[in-house]
Amino acid sequence: MTPQQMKLARWLGLAGLFVLALLVPIIAPDPATTNIAVFTMMYVGLATAWNIMGGYTGYVSLGHAGFFGFGSYALGLMLAHLGVKAGYGPFLFVPIAGLLTAVLALGIGWFALRTRAATFVIVTIAFMFMLQLLAENLVGLTGGGGGLSFPVPTWGGDFFNTPFYYAMLALASIGLLVSWVIRHSKFGLGLLAIRDDEDKALAVGVPTRAFKLTAFVISACLVGMIGGVYGYYVTYIYPQFVVDPLIGISMVLMVFLGGLGTISGPVLGALILEPAQLWLAYNYGASRLYLVLYAAVFLVVILLMPRGILPSVSELISRRRTSAGPPATAAARTVPR
Amino acid sequence: MSLLQVEGVSKKFGGVVAVDECSLAVEDRSITGLIGPNGSGKTTLFNLVTGFIPKDTGTVTFRSRRIDRLGPDRIYELGIGRTFQLARIFPRLTALENMLVPVRRRGLRALLSGASWGSERARAMEMLEFLEIAHVANKLGGALSYGQRKLLELGAVMMAEPGLVLLDEPAGGVNPALLERIADHIRKLNDRGITFLIVEHNMGFVMNLCTNVVVLHRGRTIASGAPEAVRQDPAVLDAYLGA
Amino acid sequence: MTLVLEAAVLGVLTGGVYALMASGLTLIFGVMRIINVGHGALVVLGAYLSFAVWRSLHIDPFVTLLLTMPAMFGLGVVLEMVFIRPLKSDRDALSVLVTYALALGIEGVLGYFFTTNYVQLHAWYDTASFPVGGFRVTYVYLIGFLLCLLILGALFFILYRTTFGASIRATMLNRTAAQLIGVDVDRVSAVAFGIGMATAAAGGVVFGITNAFNPGSHYDLISRLLTIIVLGGLGSLRGAIIAALVMLVSEDITSVVISPVWASFVFFVILVVVLLVRPQGLYGVRVRDRI
Repeated sequence: MTPQQMKLARWLGLAGLFVLALLVPIIAPDPATTNIAVFTMMYVGLATAWNIMGGYTGYVSLGHAGFFGFGSYALGLMLAHLGVKAGYGPFLFVPIAGLLTAVLALGIGWFALRTRAATFVIVTIAFMFMLQLLAENLVGLTGGGGGLSFPVPTWGGDFFNTPFYYAMLALASIGLLVSWVIRHSKFGLGLLAIRDDEDKALAVGVPTRAFKLTAFVISACLVGMIGGVYGYYVTYIYPQFVVDPLIGISMVLMVFLGGLGTISGPVLGALILEPAQLWLAYNYGASRLYLVLYAAVFLVVILLMPRGILPSVSELISRRRTSAGPPATAAARTVPR
Repeated sequence: MSLLQVEGVSKKFGGVVAVDECSLAVEDRSITGLIGPNGSGKTTLFNLVTGFIPKDTGTVTFRSRRIDRLGPDRIYELGIGRTFQLARIFPRLTALENMLVPVRRRGLRALLSGASWGSERARAMEMLEFLEIAHVANKLGGALSYGQRKLLELGAVMMAEPGLVLLDEPAGGVNPALLERIADHIRKLNDRGITFLIVEHNMGFVMNLCTNVVVLHRGRTIASGAPEAVRQDPAVLDAYLGA
Repeated sequence: MTLVLEAAVLGVLTGGVYALMASGLTLIFGVMRIINVGHGALVVLGAYLSFAVWRSLHIDPFVTLLLTMPAMFGLGVVLEMVFIRPLKSDRDALSVLVTYALALGIEGVLGYFFTTNYVQLHAWYDTASFPVGGFRVTYVYLIGFLLCLLILGALFFILYRTTFGASIRATMLNRTAAQLIGVDVDRVSAVAFGIGMATAAAGGVVFGITNAFNPGSHYDLISRLLTIIVLGGLGSLRGAIIAALVMLVSEDITSVVISPVWASFVFFVILVVVLLVRPQGLYGVRVRDRI
C-alpha cells in the first residue's frame, strides 16, 4: 500500500467508526447497553481531554476529578438558580460550565505550574481534595453532603439514555478534534518538546509556562463540560461521588493503557477499560473484591505494557517490517497516531 | 557597540565564585572563542547570558538591550541561541520535528498553524540538507548517532535565525572528520551573517576557526584579542600551566 | 486560651504521628523519586495488622509493633522488587499509577477480611490521662508521640550514623553518582521502601489508637501526607517533620477557634500560601535539570 492509500484507508476507517458510534443507540436501544455506551463515551472524552495535558506535556494531573466535579456542580447550580426547566435546554448551558471550569483551571494552573513535575502531581491532588471539601462544606451553596439535584428530563423510558449518549459523543468528538488540531500545530510540538526536555524547550524559545497553562485550561474545560453532562444524566450528585479520585485515576489509566501522547490511544484505553470496569462493578461490586480485581488488572497492564498498547503494538509492527528488509532510507516512524 | 556586551557579571554558588566581575564583548559577525582552564566559569557564563541562571551583579546587553533579567525563551526570541555541552535534542520527536519546535513568532496564528505546513518545513529541510543530515529527517531523535545529534542541535537552533549563537564545546566527543564539517558549517553560517561565541578546549579548532579569542580564568577575563596574540600572552600560559 | 493551648499541645502530639508517616513517604521519594500514593493505604494496613494481632493475642497495641514492623519491612522490600523496580520508562507517572493500584488492592483485601466497619485499637489505659496546665493529656497520645520520636530518632541515626545510611543519602542526592562509587542503588531502593513501610506500620499503630478507621481511611490520610511532604519539600526529612507539626497544630487550633469543619481546609490554605512564596517547599531544593 502506498502512503496515500494508507492515509485514505485511515480516514475511511475513522469515518466508519464515527458512523458506527452514531448508530449505537439505534443498533442496541436497550437501556442497559445505552447506559454502558454513555459511560464509555464519557470516558473516551475524559481520557482524550486528560491526554492533552498529561500525554502531550508529560505533566500528570491526578486532580482532574476536581474539574469533573466542578463542572457538574457548575451546571447544576446554574440550572437551579436560573430556573431552567428540564429538557434539552440544560445542554445549552454545558459550554458555560466548561467556561467556568476553564477559569478555575486558569487559577489553579497558574499556581500549580510554578512547580516542577513531581510537585505538580501532588498539588493537583491537593486541589482536588480542596474542591471536595468545599463541595461538602459550603452547604448553603452546594447542598453539602445532602447533594445537589438536577432537573429531571421529561423524556423517559427506554429513550432516556439516548440524548445523553449523543451529548457525550459530541463532547468526545470535540475533544478529539481539539486534540488532533493541537497535535498537528506548532503549539502541540512545543508541548511534546516540554515533555521531552523542558529546559531545552526553553532554550529554543518555547514559552513553556504559557503553553503548559493553555494545555491545562483546555483539558480542564473539556472535563468540566463532560462533568456537567454527567450530573444531568445521573440527576443527583454528591461531593464524594463527583469529585471522586477513582474517576480521576481511571482516565489516567486509560490513557496509559492506550498509549500516552497519542490521539487514538486514549480512545482505545477507554473503549477497553470502561466496559470492563462496569462489568466488574456489576458482578463483583457488592464484595470488596471488586477493588482487588481492578487493582490486579491495573497492575498487570502497567507492568506488561508500560508504554501502552498503541506504541507497543506499532513498535512490534515496525520491528517486523525492518527485519523484513525495506530500504534503510525509508526509516519507519515509530510515533503512532 | 558590540553585539553582546557582558559587564562586571558575577555569580556565586554557595561559597564558590564561578564568575567574578567578568567583562567581555562579542563583535558583530565575529567568531569569538571563549577558552580557559577547567572551572574558569565558561559554561556558567553561558547559562547567565542565556537566562538559565540569574546573575548576582553586572549587566548583559545584546544589541544595546539589557537581557540579564529575561528568561531563556525570551532571549532566544530576541536572537541568541545556544547549544549544550552534551548535545540535547528531543528524543521522542523526529529530526524534522526537532527542527520545527523552535519558536520564532508567538502570535496565535503562528502557533496554531500546522507545524509541517508552509515555508517552515521547507526551511527546515534546507537546513538539514546544509548540515548533510537530511536523510535522517524522519528518524526519531533518540535513534540518531551522537554526531547527528550535534548537527541536529545546531540546525534546530538556527531555525529562528538568531543573530548570535553560543556553542558549548562543539568539538566535544566528535571525530576529526565530523569536526572539519562542523567548522565548515560554522564558517558558512558566519558568512551568512551569524555571530558565534564558542567555548572550546580543542585549541587547534579554536585557533583555526576564531577571529578573536577571550580567555577566562577563575571567573575573570584575563586576555582578549586575536588568536595568535592570545596564545602567546604570558598571563594565559600561566593560567593554563601554573597556579 | 487554655483551649487554644490544649489544641496546640494536641497538635504537636498528633503532629508527631503524621511526621512519622510523612517521613517514610518523603524518604521513598528522595531515594526512588517516586510518589507513593499508596502510603496512606500502607498505614491503614499497618493499623489493621496491629489490630489483628492485638485482637488475637490480647497484647498492648504498641507491642504489636514488634511483629508488624519487621513484617511490613519485608513486605515493602518485596513490593518494591516486584512492582516498582520493573518500571523503566515514564517512571514518575507509572509509579503513581502502580502505587495507587497497590492502595486499591490493599483497600479491597482489607475490606474483604475486616469489612468496612470502623474499628479502633484500644489499650487498657485508654482513658487514663494526666493534667497539664488547665487541661488533660491522655497517656496514649503521649506514648504514641514518644514512640514517634523514638522511631524518627532511629531513622536519623540510621541515615546519619551508619554506612548504609550514607549510601541512602548518596542515592538521594545523586543516583548516578552513587552508582558510580559503588552503591547498590537497587538494594538501597528496596531497603528504603522497606523502611518506609516499617514507619508506616508504626504510624499505623498510633493512628489506629487515636482514630477510628476503616479500609477507606487511606484517602484522607494520603491527601494530608502528600500535602505535608510538599510543604516540607519533597525528599527532606527535616521538612516533613516541621511541616507535619505546622499542619497539625494549625489544624487543631483552627478546629477550636473557628470550627472543625474548616480545620482540614486550613491544611491546604497553608500549602497554597507557602508554595506561592517558595514553590520548592520549606526545605526543598530548587531543582534545575542538568545545564
